[in-house]
Amino acid sequence: MTPKLQRLHDALVEVAGVTPVERLGELTLEVKAADYRGACEKLRDHPALRFEQLIDLCGVDYSTYGDRPWEKGRFAAVLHLLSVTHNWRLRLRTFCPDDALPMLDSVVEVWPGVNWFEREAFDLFGIVFDGHPDLRRILTDYGFVGHPFRKDFPISGTVEMRYDPEQKRVVYEPVTIDPREVTPRVVRDAHYGEERH
Amino acid sequence: MPEIKNYTVNFGPQHPAAHGVLRLVLEMDGEVVQRADPHIGLLHRATEKLAEARTYIQSLPYMDRLDYISMMCSEHAFCLSMEKLLGVEVPIRAQYIRVMFDEITRILNHLFGVATLGLDLGAMTVFLYGFREREDLLDCYEAVSGARMHAAYYRPGGVYRDLPESMPKYEAQHTRSARALAEMNANRQGSLLDFIEDFTRRFPKCVDDYETLLTDNRIWKQRTVGIGVVSPEQALARGFTGPMLRGSGVEWDLRKKQPYEVYDRVDFDIAVGRNGDTYDRYLVRIEEMRQSNRIIKQCVDWLRENPGPVITSNHKVAPPSRAEMKESMEELIHHFKLFTEGMHVPEGEAYAGVEGPKGEFGVYFISDGANKPYRMKLRSPAFTHLSAMDEMARGHMLADAVAIISTLDIVFGEIDR
Repeated sequence: MTPKLQRLHDALVEVAGVTPVERLGELTLEVKAADYRGACEKLRDHPALRFEQLIDLCGVDYSTYGDRPWEKGRFAAVLHLLSVTHNWRLRLRTFCPDDALPMLDSVVEVWPGVNWFEREAFDLFGIVFDGHPDLRRILTDYGFVGHPFRKDFPISGTVEMRYDPEQKRVVYEPVTIDPREVTPRVVRDAHYGEERH
Repeated sequence: MPEIKNYTVNFGPQHPAAHGVLRLVLEMDGEVVQRADPHIGLLHRATEKLAEARTYIQSLPYMDRLDYISMMCSEHAFCLSMEKLLGVEVPIRAQYIRVMFDEITRILNHLFGVATLGLDLGAMTVFLYGFREREDLLDCYEAVSGARMHAAYYRPGGVYRDLPESMPKYEAQHTRSARALAEMNANRQGSLLDFIEDFTRRFPKCVDDYETLLTDNRIWKQRTVGIGVVSPEQALARGFTGPMLRGSGVEWDLRKKQPYEVYDRVDFDIAVGRNGDTYDRYLVRIEEMRQSNRIIKQCVDWLRENPGPVITSNHKVAPPSRAEMKESMEELIHHFKLFTEGMHVPEGEAYAGVEGPKGEFGVYFISDGANKPYRMKLRSPAFTHLSAMDEMARGHMLADAVAIISTLDIVFGEIDR
């Protein structure tokens, strides 16, 4: 760990009371959903941290992760924060407590720029952000059904659209594409292909 | 007299000033915008979902199709993020080539941005001038990768191939005299580096031309000064990056503050605005073009003197050369595995951002050790910039809404992904 990263690490332990994990030169902090909103405020306002910018909020569906069963919650929100004052970055992950109705507090009052990112995570993963002023779908079509980035949503979608000359309007029908996978997904262990003696 | 209420105007999705497929619902009080509600997603292709079903290298060309004005910068973030996960070293020559093409891309983007801002505000000439220079730069793209736009030139571990020794030339046509043809091909006689060097000599003069047309132009100033003002605090809270943040007076540039590749070895300055309005952002972009030109010149000089490999020799990441593959059994296996199963990326997660022309473009990978990413998230700068549209447009006239869309420098390929 570089001295700078160590300084951020120590500040996080002191302020947030949670030990971040260092990997590939990046720090990841994991907080419980109940502490999420409070932690965000601390991260932004504490003079030793000053994460005044939210770079990204990303929804993740962990349901088919790796080749072993996943033990933590299914849905998570991953935030990438940046401090312009101190010139450092942090990743913040929060798992949604309920898999059936994933819900987190909205941080739109902490960083107004998160507004569309939360709408996006809601649209694509169905994560509900409690306290968001305008939680509408953003990227998918008007009247779209389902949350397309969930792992159980087929890549071809569920409906296809065409113009029907008899009804003289656009109609939606179930997809006719057969699912196919050209290159299968293979998980190899970390030392695959290395010489073994 | 009946009471006049606010009415709603539907701007787009097919409007030349919408810069793509933006549907903007404007609530107007007379000619003043009360509320702007951008509806995006009309170009949504689910690139991130598609990447989950493809091997890493198959997803790389999708990066070009995100921000189709600054193609190679998106590829760059993708490669940086993968290299972080893989722990692969990039040869120094490849790093210089990447920096050079990043800056060529920046000029491409800012030329487009300034030119279309001009077009939206009624300055046709600068639009034509801008596209004239863009053509030369797109020729550089073509010379190096074979494609004018969707290059797929950066690869994890380096770049696809070394710079070519010759430039493609214009061919004879019945509409071109022999003299005109010779003139057109005059700067294409040598290598790509010669062509780029010639461009860096010509380009400052071209920027002067655009500035003559715009910078002190009275009409231009009336249309841009004080339009879409963003304070530094607002810009930070809104997640602005790139020229949008620097235009508001925050000195923040990833190339200087968190240097990647060889940006710490080249000499350049950061352009910073003062008032955070459309005019300052225009000036920032103009100055960035000049600075990019400086960086390109330095890269050309370095690249001339330092030959070397341009892609990593780790054949689990980059394919072996054709000749090696035909000779050695092991390389044949590497080649076969790489192009059928794809490379395996160690379990973990990584985020890498580059200072793209529009702002910070980042790629976040979650890998579970498979040959395909478990999750890929693209952080596109224009997405956050457009989300501030409501705040920026409120209280402005309808015609200024056009200037604000244009100054955001948005491209729907990357907003909708």
